[in-house]
Amino acid sequence: MAVGSLPAAYTAGEPASAGAGSRAWRKFARNLSALVGGVILLVVVAAALAAPWITPHDPATQSLIRRFTPPVWAPGGHVSYPLGTDQVGRDVLSRIIHGARISLLVGVLAVVVSVLIGVTMGLFSGFIGGRLDAVLMTIVDITWSFPQLLLALAFVAALGPSLVTVILVLGLTGWERYARVVRAEVLVLREKDFIEAARAMGVGASRILLRHVLPNTFSSIVVLSTLQVAQAILAEAALSFLGVGSGRTYPTWGQMIALGRDFVSVAWWLPTFPGLAILITVLAINLVGDRLRDALDPRI
Amino acid sequence: MSAFVVRRLIRLLVVAAGVSLVTFAILHASGDPVALLMPEAPESDRAALRQALGLHDPLIVQFGRFVANAATGNFGTSFFHHGQPAFDLVMERMPTTLLLTVLSMVVALVVALPVGIYGAVRRGGAVDQIATGTVFLGQSMPVFWTGIMLILLFAVQWRLLPVSGWESWAAVILPTATLGTFTTPLLLRIVRSSMLDVIRLDYVRTARAKGLAEWIIIGRHALKNAALPLVTVIGLQFGLLLGGAVITETVFAVPGVGRLIVGAIRQLDFPVVQAGVFLLAMIVVTVNFAVDVLYMYLNPQIRIR
Repeated sequence: MAVGSLPAAYTAGEPASAGAGSRAWRKFARNLSALVGGVILLVVVAAALAAPWITPHDPATQSLIRRFTPPVWAPGGHVSYPLGTDQVGRDVLSRIIHGARISLLVGVLAVVVSVLIGVTMGLFSGFIGGRLDAVLMTIVDITWSFPQLLLALAFVAALGPSLVTVILVLGLTGWERYARVVRAEVLVLREKDFIEAARAMGVGASRILLRHVLPNTFSSIVVLSTLQVAQAILAEAALSFLGVGSGRTYPTWGQMIALGRDFVSVAWWLPTFPGLAILITVLAINLVGDRLRDALDPRI
Repeated sequence: MSAFVVRRLIRLLVVAAGVSLVTFAILHASGDPVALLMPEAPESDRAALRQALGLHDPLIVQFGRFVANAATGNFGTSFFHHGQPAFDLVMERMPTTLLLTVLSMVVALVVALPVGIYGAVRRGGAVDQIATGTVFLGQSMPVFWTGIMLILLFAVQWRLLPVSGWESWAAVILPTATLGTFTTPLLLRIVRSSMLDVIRLDYVRTARAKGLAEWIIIGRHALKNAALPLVTVIGLQFGLLLGGAVITETVFAVPGVGRLIVGAIRQLDFPVVQAGVFLLAMIVVTVNFAVDVLYMYLNPQIRIR
């Protein structure tokens, strides 16, 4: 009765008023969505790896009589083309499965490039400090000032579109978050007793940096990287959509959407399904990343 | 206080110099831009163009010239567009891009403020959970695809709105909504988390103990402090927003800077690309500067330091 007699205005704002059951449910729902995300991600990765063996058709084979076949459940659909065919009769499902390879490859490798640059910058900036810190952080500010997509677009176009260019450019334009986060962590770690102790024992600076400071930033790096892979996949799709992707020979999701856009009024499935593939993949990564953040690093 | 502004101004100039260096590098990234521009032309023609573009000078001289010209708004003339100055081409279209960005930001705020605040106050409630789910969904959708799906529904299927353009208010709706689906999750997340941080604080508890009405506590006391991170994030993410605007313009054929630059990139119209990228980046730099100064006025803790 004592709790029940609290003024309504007080209890209204308290999260606890939702009850312990609700909190447990939230926790469960989070784990459940992360699990679903993880399973989806596994399926996408497996499909990408096994693409040549599991696709029903060759992604490049054209067929004039099979042009604009709608998905199997729509009138006029055909069982052997579950998601329909495009304007030159290529199988949409097979192209989506092959497209997963490019998306995942670019997403992961671009993040690797970003991590290498950003973490190195952040470590030195935070650990050495002083003038070096000022210079590196100015570079971070400069990189931050450009809309990443625009810069990537300009450089990919100037360097000539190719898979390697896209990976490098996305990696080179996406590292500043690592630099910021790692630097902030190092600034805190630097003052910790165990670092002081290592220093007092005569451990060299580079050894302290690599063996004592760096491992303590791993959890943030893992969380950031997971979420950044999702960002990189979206960025790659945007570049492909704008026609400066990894080239025209291999199907990519962004390129499929760009081509499908022109036929949106006659074949709605052409832009729709590749977009759903992006949405599902990126959502799965974000769900896993969010759970990782809860588990590893609640600060960022 | 003025020392802070001066320090920030110096920083702005340094960053601006860096921005011009990167923009300058776009032209030279390919190694030989002239070979890219005239793949089939005889060597004599190429040499003439190199001479005209001043590509024979040492890079440092070229960079100095680029900075001096950029400072006066001279980025050279477009290789297409009847040889109009690149600066004019970009500036003509800038209002459209800024209007699109600001409109979508207004839409995002109208949605994100009430939903984010309500979600934070009733944390874990139905609204909060649906909002959090929608944020995830929104952040996982490619903007250009969202745009095409909206076209499919509203323009192709139901024939309610025009497919593309920017001439009428009806044409403005779909691009704004598209960019809004990109902006809203970003703001919603920040409103919710900064509100959650604030309503836990002692002064909110005190206000409740005083018996103030809940809407006054939230609307007047809590919101004022929760607004600080929101302003910062809008400033920090302005580049991201402009990037979203660039794509949205391409999908809907909106005559803005984004569409101009994307077209210029395809044609290798370097002066226009450089002018566009440079000016958009400078807008981001200026917005960040303004946010820094605004932040100082809003947050007494920084003012004292």
